[in-house]
Amino acid sequence: MSAIEVSALQKSYGQLRAVDEISFSVNQGEVFSLLGPNGAGKTTTIEILEGIRQRDGGNVRVLGVDPWTSGYALHKKLGIIPQGFTFFPKAKPKEAIQYYADLFGVTVDSSEILRKVVLDDAVNTYFEDLSGGQKQKVGLALSLVNNPEMLFLDEPTTGLDPQARRAVWEVIRELKKEGRSIMLTTHYLEEAEVLADRVAIMNKGKIAAIGTPAEIIAQHGSGERLEFRGDQKLADYLREHTNLDVGLDGNNLVRVRIGEKHDILVALESMERSGLDWADLKTRKDSLEDVFIKLVGFAIEEGGGIKQIGNSGRGA
Amino acid sequence: MASLKRTLSDLKIFSRGYLRNKIGLFFSLVFPIILILLFGSIFSGSSGPIQVYVQNQDSPSPSPSGGFVTALNSTNVVRTVLVDNSTNFSQYLLSHSATAGVLIPKGFSASYILKKPVNVTIYTNPADTSSGIVVATVNEVVNAFNLNRTGSTPVIGTQSLPIASQSYKYIDFLVPGLIGFTVLTSPMFSLVNISSEYKKTKLFKQLSLTPLTKGEWLTSKIIWYTLLSIISYLLMTFVGITLFGAHVGITPLVLPFLVIGPLFFVSLGMLVGTLTKSVESAAVVGNLITFPMMFLSGTFFPVNTMPQYLQNVAHVLPLFYVIDGLNQVMIFNNTSQMLYDAAIVLAGAIIVFVLAVGLFKWRED
Repeated sequence: MSAIEVSALQKSYGQLRAVDEISFSVNQGEVFSLLGPNGAGKTTTIEILEGIRQRDGGNVRVLGVDPWTSGYALHKKLGIIPQGFTFFPKAKPKEAIQYYADLFGVTVDSSEILRKVVLDDAVNTYFEDLSGGQKQKVGLALSLVNNPEMLFLDEPTTGLDPQARRAVWEVIRELKKEGRSIMLTTHYLEEAEVLADRVAIMNKGKIAAIGTPAEIIAQHGSGERLEFRGDQKLADYLREHTNLDVGLDGNNLVRVRIGEKHDILVALESMERSGLDWADLKTRKDSLEDVFIKLVGFAIEEGGGIKQIGNSGRGA
Repeated sequence: MASLKRTLSDLKIFSRGYLRNKIGLFFSLVFPIILILLFGSIFSGSSGPIQVYVQNQDSPSPSPSGGFVTALNSTNVVRTVLVDNSTNFSQYLLSHSATAGVLIPKGFSASYILKKPVNVTIYTNPADTSSGIVVATVNEVVNAFNLNRTGSTPVIGTQSLPIASQSYKYIDFLVPGLIGFTVLTSPMFSLVNISSEYKKTKLFKQLSLTPLTKGEWLTSKIIWYTLLSIISYLLMTFVGITLFGAHVGITPLVLPFLVIGPLFFVSLGMLVGTLTKSVESAAVVGNLITFPMMFLSGTFFPVNTMPQYLQNVAHVLPLFYVIDGLNQVMIFNNTSQMLYDAAIVLAGAIIVFVLAVGLFKWRED
């Protein structure tokens, strides 16, 4: 049985289609990442899966049940960190864990949970005095109180510095090792690439691509290519004297698609024969970010917003 | 049983946070004590006789004019300060910021003996609340002198008795009023802020992912503010009795108001936070409801001293019935009126509680 099954899921806010008939499934024990910029529909999707937002259409099953109608029967099996996790400002991490344990009616070793999320050095600090990373770790700690089968982590590292982000990643890796299914939304491409078994790229309420990062890159990327600094003359020379696929972008970066290893030698010989200048030669494959930009038309900024890319023949 | 455990757990973490927040604690428990000390000192202390400046332009004592001044002092209501005849009396009163003065004209004694009309001039400041007392006191002495001169005796007299076996003081009404103040302000301000803030920070959404229900969450707040109201009642009654000699009773009959009051205002605060769109607008609406209710419900001054139209307004405010009920049991020991007040507050509290729970959403559509 899949941990999550989503079929033709829809949700609109007035005229805006926040989630537009998306379908996907998440396997047991898998880290699945929804990747996309702010407004892509990630949080709406995850909140529908958590059962705190009602869908307009489609079918959703989380651990075999409908999340909207299942309530506590489902929630007792889930661990959830909502986006922008916060807590009572004057509560200490240990008290927060005990509070959740009382609410769920379970007995826990709060010290053990704090050790697991590497927060045992801040047990007596008020939540309001914790750093951003420590606050997210409190969220992770609370999501573990009921020993959940599945975790929903909605942008758990947004706004954290790189060090704190990596610390949270380590905790997520440990949770995966324990065999828990994890649904992770993020707008950090690196985070999805590093943590997720499979990724769904969302844009404007739709899924633009889905699969393992390698599958998505293979399916939507441009393959291996040779890249070097050159100019229009050199690009034209290569096009004229070889059968290679040659591109040039606005930054005078020449790209030559490498179909076979032999193509590298052909390109280098032709570059040498041209007598024109070139520099910074390297071979390169598309990253998830390259594919993302290709699919959605822009990059994601630090805060999750979009950054338009000036593109004049980006692919070779 | 599980529901009770969740409610108590929520009560525990909320009360801990509340007690660690020094500002909240100050406004809940310390501020009302400061108010009782302040208002108690201003209105309950003995102010003594009113100072009245007197210029006697007539011949000095022994004479009828001298006797008139002596008679004024003997009322114990006013205390005279003699002004030298060489000064301009009205200028003198102005330069000394005097609130009352009496001028006895030259020839007063001769006119009195010859039974010829003569006027004593009373200077008062109409803006000063003691003016009426000064005028009445001087007139009383004038009447006594007139009767004495004509050899008559008063036919009609008056006798003044308190309505109850004891006479009430301002502090007696201030103590229940300020207990009502705590019952209103602590839960209202807190819940308006919490409910709008938790909505903004999505803390409610987080809590909705736990087994805690919104009814349990609200109940824990009602329990906490009931406890605070009881502490406030004990503290203020203690201060009122020990420092100002207030005649207020310590009775379990106040409990209905210390429970139903918080039930009403916790729910009302929750309702305001639920129905408003932002923390800022919630604060504005909360203040618009709280401040007029605070001043019009008899917190600081008895409602019957207000104009009739304001009294009519007061009678639709829930705090009026809380304070009136506290007055009935703490001062008058009038149980039937207290039951009437409690019934009205309870009916309103049930309506507001049902509305608050019904309209407040853990989850979103």
